[in-house]
Amino acid sequence: MSARTIPIRAEGQKSAAFEYLSTRKDELIGWARKFSLFPYPFVTACCAMEFMAVSSTPYDTDRFGAALPRFTPRQSDLLMVVGTVTHKQAPILLKVWEQMCEPKWVIAFGVCATSGGFYNNYAAVQGIDRIVPVDVYIPGCPPRPEMVIDGIMQLQEKIAGQQHLIVNDRF
Amino acid sequence: MAPLFDRIREALAPKIGEAGVAHGVLVLQIAPAALLEVAGPLKEQFRFDMFSDVTAVDWLGQEPRFEVVWHFYSTMHRLRVRVKTRVGAGDPAVDSLTGLYGSAHFMERECHEMYGIVFRGNADLRPLLLYEGFKGHPLRKDYPKELEQPLVPYREGFELPGGE
Repeated sequence: MSARTIPIRAEGQKSAAFEYLSTRKDELIGWARKFSLFPYPFVTACCAMEFMAVSSTPYDTDRFGAALPRFTPRQSDLLMVVGTVTHKQAPILLKVWEQMCEPKWVIAFGVCATSGGFYNNYAAVQGIDRIVPVDVYIPGCPPRPEMVIDGIMQLQEKIAGQQHLIVNDRF
Repeated sequence: MAPLFDRIREALAPKIGEAGVAHGVLVLQIAPAALLEVAGPLKEQFRFDMFSDVTAVDWLGQEPRFEVVWHFYSTMHRLRVRVKTRVGAGDPAVDSLTGLYGSAHFMERECHEMYGIVFRGNADLRPLLLYEGFKGHPLRKDYPKELEQPLVPYREGFELPGGE
């Protein structure tokens, strides 16, 4: 994987001191934003147990600034779809996603949210990307906490490299 | 086997067809029209006070096609009875047991949406687990396995597989 953006210390140095800060505004905004994720847990199935495990102290997603779940989509910017989504539930998922303010990101947590998993039948949506755009897919039934952490870090990479709409000619 | 089973078979003999015991459960084969005459005494006389389930089996290719199966449990005797009947695909209808057991309401709704069995006397056969507008009965053997009936349109680039 490519190097993480904005190293906090130069290569080869032992000190963990803050060596330099980017002079580019969008990089700075991205760096700030990627450590300030407010997940909305859209939890429908057994992956919730793994979500609880990865959120709590042993694995601690707070290290990535992504620990504090908001229970209204209007206060969150990261939609974590945890578990199987059925066709009956798809309108609810879409409504939750629509209520989130920009910028917003979506993680498909577990193989059911990613592709329907082994539920290839009349009831299950074959991947939530049919309903909402997905940024990071985390497969697994359920995914290991390490996989979730890697998924969050990949999303952080994506956020750090994104164009941020608040950076304009007046900024 | 439980002496109660023999008493049931004796008392209901004119209304039931084949009867036997499978895995400790009394199994009664009946004609569809005899359902209320069998379920009534089972509840009132023999104290089968709990209605466990009603479901169906789709024997595709056989006639009559569907087999409707009821399970009753007696909390007093701690015994179970299974009642089976066959109905054809043309008119898959049986009597409702909502008059005897209140819990039959929801279970008959589920059986109705999944197999298309009509329960005469159950006034509310709206979809329970499925949604309004769902076409067909998904647990029937001839329902297309990969047919999707989404409620929200798919995003660009995703097509519906299967189809009618």
